[in-house]
Amino acid sequence: MEKKDEKKIIKEFTEKSYKYGFVSNFDSDTIPKGLSEQTIKLISKKKKEPKWMLQKRLEAFGILKEMPPPQWAKLKFKEIDLQKIIYYSAPKQKVSLKSLDEADPELIKTFNKLGISIEEQKRLAGVAVDIVIDSVSVSTSFKDKLAELGIIFCSMSEAVKNHGDLVKKYIGSVVPPKDNYFAALNSAVFSDGSFCYIPKGVKCPMELSTYFRINEAGTGQFERTLIIAEENSTVSYLEGCTAPQRDENQLHAAIVEIVALDSSDVKYSTVQNWYPGNKDGKGGVYNFVTKRGIAYRNAKISWTQVETGSSITWKYPSCILKGDGSIGEFFSIAVTKNYQQADTGTKMIHMGKNTKSTIISKGISAGFSNNSYRGLVKINRSAKKARNFSQCDSLLMGDKCGAHTFPYIDVKNNCSIVEHEATTSKIGEDQLFYCNQRGIPEQEAIALIVNGYCKDVLQKLPMEFAVEARKLLEITLEDSVG
Amino acid sequence: MLKIENLHCEIEGNSILKGINLSIGSGETHAIMGPNGSGKSTLSSVIAGDESYEITSGSIQFLGKDLLDFSAEERAHLGVFLSFQYPIEIPGVSVSNFLKTALNECRKANDLPPLSARDMLALMKSNLELLQMNSDFLSRSMNAGFSGGEKKRNEIFQLAMLEPKICVLDETDSGLDIDALKVVANGVNKLRNNSRSFLIITHYQRLLDHISPDHVHVLVGGKIIKSGGPELALELEKNGYDKLC
Repeated sequence: MEKKDEKKIIKEFTEKSYKYGFVSNFDSDTIPKGLSEQTIKLISKKKKEPKWMLQKRLEAFGILKEMPPPQWAKLKFKEIDLQKIIYYSAPKQKVSLKSLDEADPELIKTFNKLGISIEEQKRLAGVAVDIVIDSVSVSTSFKDKLAELGIIFCSMSEAVKNHGDLVKKYIGSVVPPKDNYFAALNSAVFSDGSFCYIPKGVKCPMELSTYFRINEAGTGQFERTLIIAEENSTVSYLEGCTAPQRDENQLHAAIVEIVALDSSDVKYSTVQNWYPGNKDGKGGVYNFVTKRGIAYRNAKISWTQVETGSSITWKYPSCILKGDGSIGEFFSIAVTKNYQQADTGTKMIHMGKNTKSTIISKGISAGFSNNSYRGLVKINRSAKKARNFSQCDSLLMGDKCGAHTFPYIDVKNNCSIVEHEATTSKIGEDQLFYCNQRGIPEQEAIALIVNGYCKDVLQKLPMEFAVEARKLLEITLEDSVG
Repeated sequence: MLKIENLHCEIEGNSILKGINLSIGSGETHAIMGPNGSGKSTLSSVIAGDESYEITSGSIQFLGKDLLDFSAEERAHLGVFLSFQYPIEIPGVSVSNFLKTALNECRKANDLPPLSARDMLALMKSNLELLQMNSDFLSRSMNAGFSGGEKKRNEIFQLAMLEPKICVLDETDSGLDIDALKVVANGVNKLRNNSRSFLIITHYQRLLDHISPDHVHVLVGGKIIKSGGPELALELEKNGYDKLC
């Protein structure tokens, strides 16, 4: 990139409120837009996949063709034309990298702009990072150190090639292609993502982290993440997302599957900050994601999410509590402003005895936005003495936004306990005046009040992520009261 | 230090203050007494910069500046402090975090560097002692689930932390039992000095038994109808407001 361009980028940066709206000038390998069997074969070929993978993709495509797009969420958007999307785009990368030193300097610059200075993280936090730009994973750090413990942390493409047995056994086992429209789409065209395998009895010594970025215009990102935690293993996984500012809507349809075997503990944290569109609601990412984990005996799956980006978010990280004594948790902060729409929540499916689930959802709506919590707590007949506690709070800023709660509760036995609490509040003039009187200006006061409101969830995030999330909340809500 | 001249204000078209004149010198303590609805709390809100009231005429001078030109937070930075009659709850925000933010914002506005975490904690601890408060208090959510007495102590604790120049105490005695009243009054007395002034708003003499004012004013119907020394408060307690009106 020339210096001039860089200056321009920096200027754009400082002038616009969405901090990650830059475009990087990589040389990309991009296929023509449109979806057909041909496209799927081309993707599979580009990725040098084995036959069984192509077979799975084509099956999923067959299912997709029979399915109508979902209509039931409380969202308004134009129907997505699947033929107008580019399904594969990759920064041209010579060979796979052993260390970051070999990476394209342009990539390193991009990472630095994203504020995820890898060097820094490596040194300070010991976070292993996998980065996915558009369709492919471009770098995975710390691989050697993890390999010593038998942990596999690599891109999905590599996993398909090198760990075919594991992928074949588990992919689609938690979220089958027929699950929903976007799951079918992803299963047919997914391009990359992260794969993580923790062997029996191993506690992963560092946070594993993936950074997703859509760069190329008109591309969709369809990443696929699969986490397998063997018996008695522990892992904490982080995911961050950003995208350039573009006038058209970009589609992001991902799948995350977690398999938590007996007595394992998986924590999955997301800070989602895709481009939310401009203040008039133009552009932004459509974020249609299926995330689900299955917990076997005494296993625990914990989802924590901070959702501030995307023009539309449609996402319900869920837990199937299959084994006796398994635990599911969902902690969520969803912020919408301008014309953003979020329809998010969770599903807790209790099947085993003595299963427990906790749901804490904090919605914050500002501007003309709409923020819905949609959650299902299902307790099957077999789930004796199951317990659920749900708390759904909504905070409104201004009087043109909306907050909605749709809790579905379905209990099929009479020895389980389900509790649901919900509150709606407004940031009050009196709270702001109180802060002002103590010398705290309005923006700082809002940040303080919102952070206080979200505290229960923020404290569930890993330390370095919590700091980032807090800052993100502050930036997102600037000028939101009025 | 503070000079209020011919102050008129209204809210939603109702005129509340109808020509207040009040002058408070450096280091002086004034008390304003008056019946319900006389405009006492309105006066304190207006001094602090609550924008729900409209100033229709008059002026407030503070240290030679026209206070009405400044926003609420700027007034705080200049050294105006209001102890609220009904302190506001801010769930999830700890007392220590709130005060750290407030104090550092005030310091920033006065070109001072932020206090180090260590100095901040030391300052908090010494002020907690002043009000006979436990250090657990610092990690509790701001006023959330506090008893009436705890809320009032928290107000004076903030006063001690922020070291303002003019302190308006709006019915600080309401909701306090006798022991708590003594603790709060002792705290206030220790915070009095030659460069800090107090304006104490109250219904009753009982707070003034512990904090003796230099001047007492009687506010009725949006006007100060009588001013005098500490003996005026005793007279009011004995005879009620009716005799004066």
